[in-house]
Amino acid sequence: MATEAAHKNDHHHEETFISKYIFSMDHKMISKQFLITGMIMAVIGMIMSSLFRLQLGWQGESFWILNFFLGDKWAPEGILDPNMYLALVTIHGTIMVFFLLTGGLSGTFANLLIPFQIGARDMASGFMNMLSYWFFLASSVVMVGSLFIETGPASGGWTVYPPLSALPQAMPGSGLGMTLWLVSMSLFIVSSLLGGLNYVVTVINLRTKGMTMTRLPLSIWALFVTAIIGVLSFPVLFSAALLLIFDRMFGTSFYLSDIHIAGEVLEQTGGSPILYEHLFWFLGHPEVYIVLLPALGITSEVIATNSRKPIFGYRAMIGSILAIAFLSFIVWGHHMFVTGMNPFLGSVFTFTTLLIAIPSAVKAFNYITTLWKGNIRFTPAMLFSIGMVSTFISGGVTGIILADSALDINLHDTYFVVAHFHIVMGLSAVLAMYAGVYHWFPKMYGKMMNRKLGYAHFWLTFVSAYGVFFPQHFLGLAGMPRRYYSNSEFPMFDEFVSLNEMISVFAIIGALAQFIFMFNFFYSMFRGPKSSQNPWGSNTLEWTTPVEPIHGNWPGPLPVVHRWAYDYSKPGKEQDFVPQTVPLEEGELDGGAGH
Amino acid sequence: MVTILIILAIVLASLAIWQLMRVFEGTSKLKGDTSFVPTDAENGYQGKMMFLFMFGYFAFFAWLYVKCVPLLLPESASEHGVLLDQLLGFNFLIITIVFVATHVFLFYFAYKYTFSKDRKAYFYTHSNKLELLWTTVPAVFLAVIIVYGLSAWIDITDEAPENSLTIELYPKQFDWTARYSGIDSTLGASNYNMISTFNPLGVITNGSVAQMQEELKADIVYYQEELEKAPKGGVKDEELTETIAKRKRQLERVSSFEGLNAASLVSGDDDVLVKNEFYIPKGKSIEFIFRSRDVIHSAYMPHFRSQMNCVPGMTTTLNFVPTITTAEMREKTNNPEFEYMLLCNKICGAAHYNMKMVIKVVEQEEYNKWISEQKTFNESIQPAEEGVASEINLSGNEISMIEQ
Repeated sequence: MATEAAHKNDHHHEETFISKYIFSMDHKMISKQFLITGMIMAVIGMIMSSLFRLQLGWQGESFWILNFFLGDKWAPEGILDPNMYLALVTIHGTIMVFFLLTGGLSGTFANLLIPFQIGARDMASGFMNMLSYWFFLASSVVMVGSLFIETGPASGGWTVYPPLSALPQAMPGSGLGMTLWLVSMSLFIVSSLLGGLNYVVTVINLRTKGMTMTRLPLSIWALFVTAIIGVLSFPVLFSAALLLIFDRMFGTSFYLSDIHIAGEVLEQTGGSPILYEHLFWFLGHPEVYIVLLPALGITSEVIATNSRKPIFGYRAMIGSILAIAFLSFIVWGHHMFVTGMNPFLGSVFTFTTLLIAIPSAVKAFNYITTLWKGNIRFTPAMLFSIGMVSTFISGGVTGIILADSALDINLHDTYFVVAHFHIVMGLSAVLAMYAGVYHWFPKMYGKMMNRKLGYAHFWLTFVSAYGVFFPQHFLGLAGMPRRYYSNSEFPMFDEFVSLNEMISVFAIIGALAQFIFMFNFFYSMFRGPKSSQNPWGSNTLEWTTPVEPIHGNWPGPLPVVHRWAYDYSKPGKEQDFVPQTVPLEEGELDGGAGH
Repeated sequence: MVTILIILAIVLASLAIWQLMRVFEGTSKLKGDTSFVPTDAENGYQGKMMFLFMFGYFAFFAWLYVKCVPLLLPESASEHGVLLDQLLGFNFLIITIVFVATHVFLFYFAYKYTFSKDRKAYFYTHSNKLELLWTTVPAVFLAVIIVYGLSAWIDITDEAPENSLTIELYPKQFDWTARYSGIDSTLGASNYNMISTFNPLGVITNGSVAQMQEELKADIVYYQEELEKAPKGGVKDEELTETIAKRKRQLERVSSFEGLNAASLVSGDDDVLVKNEFYIPKGKSIEFIFRSRDVIHSAYMPHFRSQMNCVPGMTTTLNFVPTITTAEMREKTNNPEFEYMLLCNKICGAAHYNMKMVIKVVEQEEYNKWISEQKTFNESIQPAEEGVASEINLSGNEISMIEQ
């Protein structure tokens, strides 16, 4: 008690504007910083996708808006330049995967939820946490800055395979733009490692009294395991980027061999671009789960709370998170089935990849069973979570086809792949991120978001998202390759003009719908009704803190945990929720454990 | 002007919504509606919307299916492709069942168990029986999918039979060249150091080595003259010195090919190089060999359900047996302009979307006739009469640009 009191006196001093809002070491503020930065990046990435969808929907037609955003050099007379098209898809992918769904998603929710839900006053190292955000911001600034240079940003696809990305002769985007991409990604990896180490250490060391590992909310389990995956895999991407920098700047030949380009023979020999692909996908596939696991964690919380029912199969959910995390490290080769790898190796990767379907199926079935006989309140967060379960299934099942090395031959790099990963990874994570924002907004700003606008936002987003990506399965089955600036060179794709147009219309509606959210977010931040302490009737610890956030989270001593996080509608209880801080009654069993 | 007007319109619209929101918030406060959780009406409405959405989603799926399936790839024109199509059908059957069933449960439950004050949710934490069920059932189905898939994979990736026709497909930014092995059924050796305007694939023969040496020597002489003209110690001076050194090193490497054994120095002479379209005979196993001149490309032949990456610095292969000629496929698809296509399917630069070749599948006799009409490599590199140079120039860009 004495130390608690001392802590309180130490930290409740007045803070200056700079220490409170800018160089803050408070997890709640850092979480908001990540969220707002992520949102800005997402708007940029989304506008880019709308721009290239204009070209894909109405190929070769002139749009003044293209000229407005890209200028005379990249969209002369409103017609998109092919190099700029490739740059747009590249930076759209990079921003969405890394800046929104890795930095934005994990950065926001790991920072917000870990200390709150485990009952800690802050992260293990506030300083490292602050550095993590500042590296993230620096990396974002460099990436956005690369859009404004003369030769344009990196444009070799978000995977930036060499030699295309290694040789400035190969395309304009492989010049300075690519250098900036690599610098930005290196900063990003530093940010992600600083954050990840901090999350892992915090969850292991700073859980409050009674918060055993098997009482942790699933959101924390997911964020914890995500951080471990990130810490183990991002360094490999860093090495890949470093070797690529060497090849580009110092004439080494890690990835280059036997190349004749722009009328010149290059003297590098002995390297292999396949080495890069292995290094890249050794991060790249775990990255999918770095994006997905936090999304699944958020969904678990939101679905349980709003079904007023315990999450079904709590331990199986933890088990499947761990299984997915382990398997995610031994499946990367399924991105490389047609690189000429040894067929036996291909078989192994097919096997391991299809295994992931089992824990994923368990998760999906458990969500559905959680809804069964629930008492479902449709808050906007709940709608987004149910939407997420739908996209997780819709996108997941096509993964079974792509995991099959034999079937991948004809579908590799077609729109079928685009449809698959946008639905299973992109949509699922984006929908869950929205669910998280709607659900924890009261915890971030002490205000409520507007529900009606939330409903409008959900339905427009959900419907247009499927409208964009579902038809793309068929484009892929027709053999249409991704990253084609135009399909008019191949008569076999002529029949799909109207379908592509429809996809673009949905894409634009979907993009516009996001402004409803932006409006709701900023309006509610300033003018939303004041939240109560526990607006959703939730069990987890963050709802025991004061509405106005304070440094150190709890004004008095840290809460003590007596039960798991899912005692919703427990028989014999008056209320339909029992916060984790309520002691077990005599003879009462702790929900998830024991039986 | 238009830009300013549109920005103005957006700003005004936002302000209007902002004002509306304030009025709306004000009236809800007056009515005393300050609940944070959805009202009964809202819950009921959203629950119904969920259920409706399910029907809409399935209808969309059905509509796309009906509209798009006739537009998909025609039946496979290769032997293994038939196997793959069956495998794909089997997989689709399973995943469609899973997709529909899970979505029915998901949205029906959402609708059925909409919030009611009078009801309490069923406290149901776990069930080992159920969880075991939906771990093992997917596992069993996956086992079938894995075994079925891998047997197809092993079959497809098997090595080409002895009597296969070997064709090299060689990509560069942004076109393809096909090379046939000629009478001796052996592709001549090749190396990227040998690539020149007349030798786009860098084939090594006595003739091409001599020609390349001459070309490089002429280059070196030219740059040395330039060097003498350039001011000493300048940037240009350094660049030229470096270029000369590079050319000399390349000349050394090229000269070293003279040391190859005599047989391999002639086997490239009868090779045949073609662009824009290439022929393959129906019913014969074709073994494709891929290299790449500059960046990674991918040879994608969707009608044959075949694809392989072309990676600089290494050789990759695939093989298949074409079973339907172009003429037969035109009849089957009722499309007199139908062509089999080779596409590039790995991002490779600005004109990636337009990097193609027509594949003609023909009967053996027609193939024999066609191949015998093609120029051999040796013929194409012979200094020919005036005016023929541009016609036989296979690498394209450089010379045609000069001519323009």
